[in-house]
Amino acid sequence: MSEHHIKLPEGSIEKTTTTLNLGPTHPATHGVMQNILELDGERIVSTEQTIGYIHRAFEKLAERRPLAQITTLTDRLNYCSSPLNNMGWHLTCEKLLGVKTPKRVDYLRVIIMELARIADHLICNSIAGVDAGAYTGFLYVMQYRELIYEIYEEVCGARLTTNIGRIGGFERNFNDIAFRKLEKFLREYPKVLKEFENLFQRNRIFMERTMGTGAISAERALNYGFTGPNLRAAGVDYDVRVHTPYSSYEDFQFNIPVGTTGDNYDRWLVREKEMWESLGIIEQAYQKVQEFKGAEAEVYHADVPEYYLPPKADVYTKMEALIWHFKIIMGETNIPAGEVYHSIEAANGELGFYLISDGGRTPYRLHFRRPCFVYYQAYEELIKGSMLSDAIMTMSSLNLIAGELDA
Amino acid sequence: MSLTNEIIKQRLTEKFGDPVTGFEESYGLLSFEAPKELNLKVLNFLYDDEQLKFRFLTDLTGVHYPDKAGRELAVVYHLHNLADNVRLRFKVFTGISQPDIYTATGLFSGANWMERETYDFLGVNFVGHPNLKRILNVEEMDYFPLRKEFPLEDQTRIDKDDEMFGRG
Repeated sequence: MSEHHIKLPEGSIEKTTTTLNLGPTHPATHGVMQNILELDGERIVSTEQTIGYIHRAFEKLAERRPLAQITTLTDRLNYCSSPLNNMGWHLTCEKLLGVKTPKRVDYLRVIIMELARIADHLICNSIAGVDAGAYTGFLYVMQYRELIYEIYEEVCGARLTTNIGRIGGFERNFNDIAFRKLEKFLREYPKVLKEFENLFQRNRIFMERTMGTGAISAERALNYGFTGPNLRAAGVDYDVRVHTPYSSYEDFQFNIPVGTTGDNYDRWLVREKEMWESLGIIEQAYQKVQEFKGAEAEVYHADVPEYYLPPKADVYTKMEALIWHFKIIMGETNIPAGEVYHSIEAANGELGFYLISDGGRTPYRLHFRRPCFVYYQAYEELIKGSMLSDAIMTMSSLNLIAGELDA
Repeated sequence: MSLTNEIIKQRLTEKFGDPVTGFEESYGLLSFEAPKELNLKVLNFLYDDEQLKFRFLTDLTGVHYPDKAGRELAVVYHLHNLADNVRLRFKVFTGISQPDIYTATGLFSGANWMERETYDFLGVNFVGHPNLKRILNVEEMDYFPLRKEFPLEDQTRIDKDDEMFGRG
């Protein structure tokens, strides 16, 4: 209770704090989640997070689905960057099955993954602006998220829940339009990102709103299991792409931006810098892709007939292809028994898949290590004692995605 | 000298002896198990030991094995030594009739919700947890949905039994 608060008589049973329900549907929660705040004036005394409003039992559903059909479940985890989840899942399956993907596939995957990372960070950072009262930046950069979505569309036909790629590679080769759009993105986006940065980075109002609020120390962040930009903002340079490279990330040159204070401003800056790094990675990857010549330039999947659908023409004319096609569609392939944990650097941090197979046709158990779920529990510690308006900024800069929280 | 799975195994055997068993390496990841009474001692040792330093809890989850009598529920910890960049998997098993396991919240703040999730879905009772209640499911729920006695319709069934579709 603060000093200015009205003192109630001794033994009074009247509450001295206000209970406020923030959410489940509130414009600032960006998804369905609830916070029950105890307020003393405008200061937060305590909070209790309620999650699970869009829980869809993915882990249970996955126990009855063949591997390929689980990809669509992963789409719906962090739906701002579905391709990252999809790729993470394919890589997990490939690890279990021992599939080695060709280099060109790895590089194409890197392009898609980094585009998804940009799309995700773009949303988070521009929405942080909206929550602070600056709408223009958001509307401006959405054009370029649209362009990223158009690239997805050329590759897989979908925009939001992408189901992109297959075990072993991509469902089809990237077409010319996809590459033209990618070139357009690489040409135009840096200028826009720079302008977007100018709107916020040294903007007095934005800095006042974000600096020093929602801060966490490196030690506490590690203890809470923070990963991704939120951990790096606190000064720990942990990045799965560097620590445990997958999909040939070891072939690329890039920096891991880190912050110092772990507050909302640093989180924003780290995401901003990561977008620049992602742009650099995409440029390198695109260059590497262009270096493939002749037959190599047409490779877009590994040779895994048990899990990769044969071309439709073959299905009608060749016996083997017909059999594989049937077995894949009906999910009648037995998965090798084993336990595998694989993680990727998703937009929010380490997205892990813990897959146990007992040799049947479906996973025995599948667990998603969702970065959002792990770090949202620190929310109370982050906002305790701060103002209500800071709590909104903190929620926004943590980049909470309800789909990922609830699985 | 960098930390290898061999060294971890050796340190654990030196410290705990026979109770720590089931060492295996699957896909490069060291995995082992310990009796459930020892879970905190092992976690503490892995955390504090100057050489091991497993101070990052990546993941905590549970698995239900209905056929293993007396050890039906498993709690699986994935730990990470960020300095040497080594991961390991640590399991404890418990009987389903009394699924009590000591909480790791004292060591890792992040274990709080992970344990609540494991309780919510599999009914593992984490002894000493500050706030052990359901997290994703509704509080009125009176069963643990990820246990194997609640089967979904098997889309890849071998038996082709029409009973599965309610037409039996």
